[in-house]
Amino acid sequence: MGVGVDVRNQIARRAANEIKDGMIVNLGIGIPSLVSNHIPEEIHVMFHAENGILGMGESPEKGFEDEMLCNAGGFPVTLVPGASYFDSATAFGIIRSGYLDITILGGLEVDEQGDLANWIVPGKRVPGIGGAMELANKAKKVIVVMNHINKNGDPKILKKCSLPLTAKKCVNLIITDMAVIEVTEEGLLLKEVMSPYTVKEVLENTEAELQVSDDLAIFI
Amino acid sequence: MKKTIRNAGKVGTLKEALSRIHDQSILMYGGFGGVGNPPTLIQGIYEKGVKELTLIGNDAGFPEIGIGKLVSRRRAKKLIASHIGSNPAAGQLMATGEMDVEFSPQGILAERIRAGGVGIEGILTDIGLGSMVEEGKQKVTVNEKEFLLELPLKADVSIVHAKKADIYGNLIYDKSARNTNPLVAMAGEFTIAEADEIVGPGELDPECIVTPGVFVDLVIPSEGVNWKWAWE
Repeated sequence: MGVGVDVRNQIARRAANEIKDGMIVNLGIGIPSLVSNHIPEEIHVMFHAENGILGMGESPEKGFEDEMLCNAGGFPVTLVPGASYFDSATAFGIIRSGYLDITILGGLEVDEQGDLANWIVPGKRVPGIGGAMELANKAKKVIVVMNHINKNGDPKILKKCSLPLTAKKCVNLIITDMAVIEVTEEGLLLKEVMSPYTVKEVLENTEAELQVSDDLAIFI
Repeated sequence: MKKTIRNAGKVGTLKEALSRIHDQSILMYGGFGGVGNPPTLIQGIYEKGVKELTLIGNDAGFPEIGIGKLVSRRRAKKLIASHIGSNPAAGQLMATGEMDVEFSPQGILAERIRAGGVGIEGILTDIGLGSMVEEGKQKVTVNEKEFLLELPLKADVSIVHAKKADIYGNLIYDKSARNTNPLVAMAGEFTIAEADEIVGPGELDPECIVTPGVFVDLVIPSEGVNWKWAWE
Protein backbone atom coordinates (compact mmCIF):
# COMPACT_ATOMS: atom_id res chain seq x y z
CA MET A 1 0.00 0.00 0.00
CA GLY A 2 1.62 3.21 -1.11
CA VAL A 3 1.12 6.12 1.22
CA GLY A 4 0.08 9.57 0.02
CA VAL A 5 2.25 12.61 -0.45
CA ASP A 6 1.23 14.13 2.90
CA VAL A 7 2.17 10.98 4.79
CA ARG A 8 5.45 10.62 2.91
CA ASN A 9 6.26 14.19 3.86
CA GLN A 10 5.26 13.59 7.48
CA ILE A 11 7.78 10.72 7.62
CA ALA A 12 10.42 12.86 5.88
CA ARG A 13 9.76 15.79 8.25
CA ARG A 14 10.27 13.57 11.27
CA ALA A 15 13.47 12.11 9.82
CA ALA A 16 14.77 15.62 9.16
CA ASN A 17 14.60 16.30 12.92
CA GLU A 18 17.47 13.83 13.39
CA ILE A 19 19.81 15.90 11.23
CA LYS A 20 21.95 18.42 13.13
CA ASP A 21 24.14 21.29 12.03
CA GLY A 22 27.44 20.24 10.46
CA MET A 23 26.48 16.67 9.67
CA ILE A 24 27.41 14.65 6.59
CA VAL A 25 24.31 12.82 5.41
CA ASN A 26 23.39 10.36 2.67
CA LEU A 27 19.75 10.05 1.58
CA GLY A 28 18.43 7.00 -0.26
CA ILE A 29 15.90 6.96 -3.08
CA GLY A 30 12.15 7.35 -2.42
CA ILE A 31 10.88 8.82 0.86
CA PRO A 32 14.48 9.46 2.08
CA SER A 33 15.04 11.83 -0.84
CA LEU A 34 12.25 14.06 0.51
CA VAL A 35 14.07 14.65 3.80
CA SER A 36 16.25 17.48 2.48
CA ASN A 37 13.11 19.57 1.82
CA HIS A 38 12.40 19.68 5.57
CA ILE A 39 15.70 20.90 6.98
CA PRO A 40 15.61 24.39 8.51
CA GLU A 41 17.72 27.03 6.74
CA GLU A 42 20.04 27.55 9.71
CA ILE A 43 21.09 23.89 9.68
CA HIS A 44 24.04 23.37 7.33
CA VAL A 45 24.42 19.85 6.06
CA MET A 46 26.75 18.31 3.47
CA PHE A 47 24.66 15.84 1.49
CA HIS A 48 26.68 12.96 0.04
CA ALA A 49 25.82 11.03 -3.12
CA GLU A 50 27.21 7.61 -4.05
CA ASN A 51 27.93 8.63 -7.64
CA GLY A 52 30.46 11.18 -6.40
CA ILE A 53 29.22 14.43 -4.88
CA LEU A 54 29.66 15.91 -1.43
CA GLY A 55 27.59 19.04 -0.93
CA MET A 56 24.38 18.62 -2.88
CA GLY A 57 21.88 21.46 -2.68
CA GLU A 58 18.23 21.80 -3.56
CA SER A 59 16.61 20.54 -6.74
CA PRO A 60 17.02 23.10 -9.53
CA GLU A 61 14.04 25.02 -10.81
CA LYS A 62 12.40 23.58 -13.86
CA GLY A 63 14.31 24.67 -16.94
CA PHE A 64 17.57 25.11 -14.99
CA GLU A 65 18.51 21.43 -14.71
CA ASP A 66 22.04 20.33 -15.66
CA GLU A 67 21.87 16.79 -17.06
CA MET A 68 25.44 16.14 -15.91
CA LEU A 69 24.73 17.15 -12.29
CA CYS A 70 22.50 14.50 -10.78
CA ASN A 71 22.08 12.57 -7.55
CA ALA A 72 22.48 8.80 -7.23
CA GLY A 73 18.88 8.35 -8.38
CA GLY A 74 19.61 10.15 -11.63
CA PHE A 75 17.70 13.34 -10.79
CA PRO A 76 19.12 16.85 -11.20
CA VAL A 77 20.52 18.60 -8.14
CA THR A 78 22.49 21.77 -7.39
CA LEU A 79 25.57 22.35 -5.24
CA VAL A 80 26.21 24.27 -2.04
CA PRO A 81 29.42 26.26 -1.41
CA GLY A 82 32.23 23.87 -0.48
CA ALA A 83 30.91 21.05 -2.63
CA SER A 84 33.19 18.64 -4.48
CA TYR A 85 33.06 16.00 -7.21
CA PHE A 86 34.96 12.71 -7.13
CA ASP A 87 34.74 9.24 -8.61
CA SER A 88 32.49 6.51 -7.19
CA ALA A 89 35.38 4.63 -5.54
CA THR A 90 36.16 7.75 -3.50
CA ALA A 91 32.45 8.20 -2.75
CA PHE A 92 32.44 4.78 -1.13
CA GLY A 93 35.78 5.39 0.53
CA ILE A 94 34.00 8.20 2.39
CA ILE A 95 31.24 5.78 3.41
CA ARG A 96 33.43 2.84 4.46
CA SER A 97 35.81 5.05 6.42
CA GLY A 98 32.90 6.15 8.61
CA TYR A 99 32.53 9.81 7.66
CA LEU A 100 28.75 9.67 7.27
CA ASP A 101 26.93 10.86 10.38
CA ILE A 102 23.56 9.65 9.15
CA THR A 103 22.21 7.57 6.31
CA ILE A 104 18.48 7.42 5.69
CA LEU A 105 17.38 4.33 3.79
CA GLY A 106 14.18 2.67 2.69
CA GLY A 107 13.36 -0.80 4.00
CA LEU A 108 11.44 -3.94 3.12
CA GLU A 109 11.87 -5.51 6.58
CA VAL A 110 13.54 -4.56 9.86
CA ASP A 111 13.70 -6.84 12.88
CA GLU A 112 14.22 -6.76 16.64
CA GLN A 113 17.98 -7.14 16.28
CA GLY A 114 18.16 -4.14 13.96
CA ASP A 115 18.78 -6.34 10.92
CA LEU A 116 17.74 -4.73 7.64
CA ALA A 117 16.46 -6.31 4.42
CA ASN A 118 15.98 -3.93 1.52
CA TRP A 119 17.51 -5.18 -1.70
CA ILE A 120 15.81 -8.33 -2.95
CA VAL A 121 12.54 -10.25 -2.87
CA PRO A 122 13.76 -13.54 -4.35
CA GLY A 123 11.79 -14.56 -7.43
CA LYS A 124 9.77 -11.36 -7.39
CA ARG A 125 11.58 -8.08 -7.22
CA VAL A 126 15.32 -7.70 -7.56
CA PRO A 127 16.28 -4.05 -7.65
CA GLY A 128 19.81 -4.87 -6.53
CA ILE A 129 22.10 -3.87 -3.74
CA GLY A 130 23.23 -0.44 -4.87
CA GLY A 131 25.07 1.30 -2.06
CA ALA A 132 22.83 -0.04 0.70
CA MET A 133 25.23 -2.61 2.16
CA GLU A 134 28.03 -0.12 2.63
CA LEU A 135 25.72 2.61 3.90
CA ALA A 136 23.92 0.32 6.36
CA ASN A 137 27.16 -1.20 7.68
CA LYS A 138 29.29 1.92 7.95
CA ALA A 139 27.24 5.06 8.63
CA LYS A 140 27.37 6.23 12.28
CA LYS A 141 23.58 6.30 12.46
CA VAL A 142 21.22 4.31 10.22
CA ILE A 143 17.63 5.50 9.95
CA VAL A 144 15.11 3.40 8.05
CA VAL A 145 12.02 5.19 6.75
CA MET A 146 9.23 3.05 5.34
CA ASN A 147 5.55 2.22 5.46
CA HIS A 148 4.65 0.38 8.63
CA ILE A 149 2.94 -2.44 6.74
CA ASN A 150 3.42 -3.84 3.23
CA LYS A 151 0.90 -3.76 0.42
CA ASN A 152 -0.70 -6.99 1.67
CA GLY A 153 -1.25 -5.36 5.05
CA ASP A 154 1.45 -7.44 6.75
CA PRO A 155 3.88 -5.97 9.28
CA LYS A 156 7.34 -5.01 8.04
CA ILE A 157 8.81 -4.75 11.54
CA LEU A 158 9.40 -8.38 12.45
CA LYS A 159 10.85 -10.64 15.11
CA LYS A 160 13.28 -11.91 12.47
CA CYS A 161 13.72 -10.73 8.88
CA SER A 162 12.63 -13.34 6.34
CA LEU A 163 14.16 -11.72 3.24
CA PRO A 164 17.89 -11.86 2.43
CA LEU A 165 19.68 -9.31 4.61
CA THR A 166 21.35 -6.12 3.55
CA ALA A 167 23.19 -5.83 6.87
CA LYS A 168 22.96 -7.26 10.38
CA LYS A 169 22.47 -5.19 13.53
CA CYS A 170 22.73 -1.94 11.65
CA VAL A 171 19.48 0.00 12.17
CA ASN A 172 19.33 2.64 14.92
CA LEU A 173 15.95 4.24 14.28
CA ILE A 174 12.81 3.26 12.34
CA ILE A 175 10.40 5.97 11.20
CA THR A 176 7.12 4.88 9.60
CA ASP A 177 3.72 6.37 8.84
CA MET A 178 2.62 5.02 12.25
CA ALA A 179 5.53 5.25 14.64
CA VAL A 180 9.08 6.18 15.59
CA ILE A 181 10.91 3.18 16.99
CA GLU A 182 14.41 3.04 18.42
CA VAL A 183 16.52 -0.10 18.21
CA THR A 184 18.13 -0.61 21.64
CA GLU A 185 20.24 -3.34 23.23
CA GLU A 186 17.06 -4.52 24.97
CA GLY A 187 14.95 -4.60 21.80
CA LEU A 188 12.61 -2.19 20.06
CA LEU A 189 11.37 0.87 21.91
CA LEU A 190 8.27 2.73 20.73
CA LYS A 191 9.17 6.39 21.27
CA GLU A 192 6.57 8.25 19.25
CA VAL A 193 3.24 7.54 17.64
CA MET A 194 2.51 9.36 14.38
CA SER A 195 -0.75 11.25 14.32
CA PRO A 196 -3.53 10.07 13.87
CA TYR A 197 -2.59 6.53 14.99
CA THR A 198 -2.90 5.06 18.48
CA VAL A 199 -0.46 2.87 20.43
CA LYS A 200 -2.93 0.01 20.04
CA GLU A 201 -2.90 0.34 16.25
CA VAL A 202 0.90 0.43 16.19
CA LEU A 203 1.14 -2.71 18.32
CA GLU A 204 -1.45 -4.52 16.20
CA ASN A 205 0.52 -3.78 13.05
CA THR A 206 3.94 -4.74 14.41
CA GLU A 207 5.08 -8.35 14.63
CA ALA A 208 8.19 -7.57 16.67
CA GLU A 209 7.91 -7.07 20.40
CA LEU A 210 7.65 -3.36 21.22
CA GLN A 211 8.35 -1.78 24.56
CA VAL A 212 6.48 1.48 24.98
CA SER A 213 8.63 4.41 26.13
CA ASP A 214 7.75 6.05 29.47
CA ASP A 215 7.76 9.44 27.80
CA LEU A 216 5.86 8.44 24.66
CA ALA A 217 5.23 11.39 22.36
CA ILE A 218 2.87 12.07 19.50
CA PHE A 219 4.31 13.43 16.24
CA ILE A 220 1.85 15.51 14.26
CA MET B 1 47.66 -7.11 -19.66
CA LYS B 2 49.68 -5.77 -22.55
CA LYS B 3 48.57 -2.50 -24.02
CA THR B 4 49.52 -0.90 -27.26
CA ILE B 5 50.40 2.61 -26.26
CA ARG B 6 50.70 5.41 -28.69
CA ASN B 7 51.73 8.72 -27.22
CA ALA B 8 49.65 10.95 -29.39
CA GLY B 9 47.28 10.88 -32.29
CA LYS B 10 44.71 8.83 -30.43
CA VAL B 11 41.80 10.62 -32.03
CA GLY B 12 39.77 8.37 -34.30
CA THR B 13 36.31 7.59 -35.57
CA LEU B 14 33.25 5.78 -34.30
CA LYS B 15 33.87 3.18 -37.00
CA GLU B 16 37.36 2.48 -35.61
CA ALA B 17 35.87 2.24 -32.15
CA LEU B 18 33.18 -0.21 -33.22
CA SER B 19 35.75 -2.41 -34.98
CA ARG B 20 36.97 -3.28 -31.47
CA ILE B 21 33.58 -4.43 -30.15
CA HIS B 22 32.22 -7.82 -31.17
CA ASP B 23 29.63 -10.42 -30.22
CA GLN B 24 30.59 -11.88 -26.83
CA SER B 25 32.98 -9.05 -25.96
CA ILE B 26 33.40 -8.21 -22.30
CA LEU B 27 32.38 -4.55 -22.33
CA MET B 28 32.76 -2.23 -19.36
CA TYR B 29 30.98 1.11 -19.33
CA GLY B 30 31.23 4.25 -17.24
CA GLY B 31 28.15 5.97 -15.89
CA PHE B 32 25.66 6.00 -13.08
CA GLY B 33 21.90 5.97 -13.76
CA GLY B 34 22.62 6.88 -17.38
CA VAL B 35 24.64 9.97 -16.42
CA GLY B 36 28.12 9.47 -17.84
CA ASN B 37 27.15 6.56 -20.10
CA PRO B 38 28.78 7.28 -23.49
CA PRO B 39 25.82 7.92 -25.80
CA THR B 40 27.49 7.84 -29.22
CA LEU B 41 29.33 4.57 -28.55
CA ILE B 42 26.22 2.90 -27.12
CA GLN B 43 24.14 3.96 -30.12
CA GLY B 44 26.88 2.69 -32.43
CA ILE B 45 27.04 -0.67 -30.67
CA TYR B 46 23.27 -0.90 -30.86
CA GLU B 47 23.19 -0.12 -34.60
CA LYS B 48 26.05 -2.52 -35.34
CA GLY B 49 23.89 -5.29 -33.89
CA VAL B 50 26.47 -6.57 -31.42
CA LYS B 51 25.02 -9.26 -29.16
CA GLU B 52 25.82 -11.71 -26.35
CA LEU B 53 27.86 -9.07 -24.58
CA THR B 54 29.07 -9.39 -21.03
CA LEU B 55 28.39 -5.94 -19.61
CA ILE B 56 30.13 -4.61 -16.50
CA GLY B 57 29.01 -1.33 -14.97
CA ASN B 58 27.28 0.32 -12.06
CA ASP B 59 23.67 -0.25 -13.14
CA ALA B 60 21.36 -1.17 -16.02
CA GLY B 61 20.36 2.43 -16.81
CA PHE B 62 16.74 3.00 -17.76
CA PRO B 63 15.02 1.07 -20.60
CA GLU B 64 15.70 3.79 -23.19
CA ILE B 65 18.51 5.64 -21.41
CA GLY B 66 22.21 4.94 -21.68
CA ILE B 67 23.41 1.36 -21.39
CA GLY B 68 19.78 0.42 -20.66
CA LYS B 69 19.09 0.35 -24.39
CA LEU B 70 21.55 -2.54 -24.95
CA VAL B 71 20.05 -4.38 -21.97
CA SER B 72 16.39 -3.92 -22.89
CA ARG B 73 17.09 -4.90 -26.53
CA ARG B 74 18.60 -8.21 -25.35
CA ARG B 75 22.19 -7.56 -26.40
CA ALA B 76 23.72 -8.83 -23.16
CA LYS B 77 24.02 -12.42 -22.00
CA LYS B 78 25.51 -11.35 -18.69
CA LEU B 79 25.51 -8.22 -16.56
CA ILE B 80 27.74 -7.51 -13.58
CA ALA B 81 26.26 -4.51 -11.75
CA SER B 82 25.18 -3.22 -8.36
CA HIS B 83 21.65 -2.19 -9.24
CA ILE B 84 19.05 -2.88 -11.94
CA GLY B 85 15.98 -1.34 -10.31
CA SER B 86 15.67 1.54 -12.77
CA ASN B 87 15.43 -0.82 -15.75
CA PRO B 88 12.49 -3.25 -15.43
CA ALA B 89 13.61 -5.01 -18.62
CA ALA B 90 16.77 -6.13 -16.79
CA GLY B 91 14.68 -7.68 -14.03
CA GLN B 92 12.49 -9.51 -16.55
CA LEU B 93 15.46 -10.88 -18.50
CA MET B 94 17.01 -12.00 -15.23
CA ALA B 95 13.78 -13.72 -14.16
CA THR B 96 13.41 -15.59 -17.46
CA GLY B 97 17.09 -16.60 -17.40
CA GLU B 98 17.83 -14.80 -20.67
CA MET B 99 20.44 -12.67 -18.94
CA ASP B 100 22.65 -13.73 -16.07
CA VAL B 101 23.00 -10.99 -13.45
CA GLU B 102 25.78 -10.88 -10.87
CA PHE B 103 25.34 -8.28 -8.13
CA SER B 104 28.19 -6.60 -6.32
CA PRO B 105 27.75 -3.96 -3.61
CA GLN B 106 28.17 -0.61 -5.34
CA GLY B 107 31.41 0.55 -3.75
CA ILE B 108 32.91 -2.92 -3.94
CA LEU B 109 32.06 -3.04 -7.63
CA ALA B 110 33.80 0.31 -8.10
CA GLU B 111 36.80 -0.95 -6.17
CA ARG B 112 36.93 -4.23 -8.14
CA ILE B 113 36.94 -2.23 -11.38
CA ARG B 114 39.64 0.02 -9.97
CA ALA B 115 41.65 -3.04 -8.90
CA GLY B 116 41.34 -4.43 -12.42
CA GLY B 117 42.76 -1.22 -13.79
CA VAL B 118 45.64 -0.72 -11.38
CA GLY B 119 47.14 -4.18 -11.15
CA ILE B 120 45.72 -5.29 -7.81
CA GLU B 121 44.72 -8.95 -7.65
CA GLY B 122 42.15 -8.83 -4.86
CA ILE B 123 40.45 -6.71 -2.23
CA LEU B 124 39.64 -7.70 1.34
CA THR B 125 36.40 -6.29 2.74
CA ASP B 126 33.83 -6.92 5.45
CA ILE B 127 31.04 -5.60 3.20
CA GLY B 128 28.71 -8.45 2.28
CA LEU B 129 29.72 -10.79 5.12
CA GLY B 130 26.65 -12.60 6.41
CA SER B 131 24.68 -11.78 3.26
CA MET B 132 24.04 -13.49 -0.08
CA VAL B 133 27.05 -11.61 -1.44
CA GLU B 134 29.46 -13.95 0.37
CA GLU B 135 28.21 -17.05 -1.44
CA GLY B 136 30.99 -18.78 -3.35
CA LYS B 137 33.64 -16.31 -2.23
CA GLN B 138 36.85 -17.12 -0.41
CA LYS B 139 37.15 -15.82 3.15
CA VAL B 140 40.45 -14.58 4.50
CA THR B 141 41.32 -14.00 8.14
CA VAL B 142 43.60 -11.07 8.95
CA ASN B 143 44.40 -10.09 12.55
CA GLU B 144 41.68 -12.48 13.72
CA LYS B 145 39.05 -10.70 11.64
CA GLU B 146 37.24 -12.31 8.75
CA PHE B 147 37.04 -10.69 5.33
CA LEU B 148 35.71 -11.56 1.89
CA LEU B 149 38.17 -11.75 -0.96
CA GLU B 150 36.74 -9.78 -3.88
CA LEU B 151 38.40 -10.24 -7.24
CA PRO B 152 39.29 -7.57 -9.80
CA LEU B 153 37.22 -6.92 -12.91
CA LYS B 154 38.72 -6.28 -16.34
CA ALA B 155 37.23 -5.90 -19.79
CA ASP B 156 38.13 -6.46 -23.42
CA VAL B 157 36.90 -2.94 -24.09
CA SER B 158 36.04 -0.07 -21.76
CA ILE B 159 33.88 2.83 -22.95
CA VAL B 160 33.68 6.17 -21.14
CA HIS B 161 32.19 9.63 -21.61
CA ALA B 162 34.45 12.63 -21.02
CA LYS B 163 33.79 16.33 -21.17
CA LYS B 164 37.17 17.08 -22.69
CA ALA B 165 39.96 14.96 -24.14
CA ASP B 166 43.24 15.91 -25.73
CA ILE B 167 45.04 14.03 -28.49
CA TYR B 168 47.03 12.11 -25.87
CA GLY B 169 43.85 10.68 -24.39
CA ASN B 170 44.04 12.75 -21.21
CA LEU B 171 40.50 13.15 -19.90
CA ILE B 172 38.44 15.43 -17.72
CA TYR B 173 34.83 14.73 -16.89
CA ASP B 174 31.62 16.72 -16.48
CA LYS B 175 30.49 17.19 -12.85
CA SER B 176 28.70 14.10 -11.49
CA ALA B 177 29.10 12.36 -14.87
CA ARG B 178 32.60 11.52 -13.61
CA ASN B 179 31.23 8.77 -11.30
CA THR B 180 32.66 5.39 -12.43
CA ASN B 181 34.23 6.69 -15.65
CA PRO B 182 37.81 7.19 -14.36
CA LEU B 183 37.76 3.67 -12.87
CA VAL B 184 36.33 2.05 -15.98
CA ALA B 185 38.84 3.91 -18.16
CA MET B 186 41.67 2.10 -16.37
CA ALA B 187 40.20 -1.42 -16.53
CA GLY B 188 39.90 -1.96 -20.26
CA GLU B 189 42.34 -3.94 -22.38
CA PHE B 190 41.33 -1.33 -24.96
CA THR B 191 39.75 1.88 -23.69
CA ILE B 192 37.65 4.17 -25.84
CA ALA B 193 36.67 7.64 -24.66
CA GLU B 194 34.04 9.71 -26.38
CA ALA B 195 34.47 13.37 -25.58
CA ASP B 196 32.23 16.40 -25.93
CA GLU B 197 35.31 18.39 -26.90
CA ILE B 198 38.70 17.30 -28.22
CA VAL B 199 41.57 19.74 -27.79
CA GLY B 200 45.16 20.00 -28.92
CA PRO B 201 48.37 19.30 -27.02
CA GLY B 202 48.89 21.40 -23.90
CA GLU B 203 45.37 22.75 -23.84
CA LEU B 204 44.31 20.74 -20.80
CA ASP B 205 45.75 21.94 -17.49
CA PRO B 206 47.80 19.00 -16.15
CA GLU B 207 46.53 19.86 -12.65
CA CYS B 208 42.97 19.19 -13.79
CA ILE B 209 43.40 15.95 -15.74
CA VAL B 210 41.50 13.13 -14.03
CA THR B 211 42.43 10.21 -16.29
CA PRO B 212 46.00 10.24 -17.63
CA GLY B 213 46.05 9.44 -21.34
CA VAL B 214 48.17 6.35 -20.81
CA PHE B 215 44.97 4.46 -19.97
CA VAL B 216 43.13 5.59 -23.10
CA ASP B 217 43.64 4.01 -26.52
CA LEU B 218 41.15 5.84 -28.70
CA VAL B 219 39.28 9.14 -28.47
CA ILE B 220 36.24 9.87 -30.59
CA PRO B 221 33.97 12.90 -30.73
CA SER B 222 30.66 12.60 -28.87
CA GLU B 223 27.41 13.51 -30.55
CA GLY B 224 25.90 14.14 -27.12
CA VAL B 225 23.05 12.56 -25.24
CA ASN B 226 20.41 11.19 -27.62
CA TRP B 227 17.81 10.12 -25.06
CA LYS B 228 15.19 11.83 -22.94
CA TRP B 229 15.96 11.79 -19.21
CA ALA B 230 13.47 10.34 -16.71
CA TRP B 231 13.04 13.81 -15.16
CA GLU B 232 12.37 15.61 -18.46
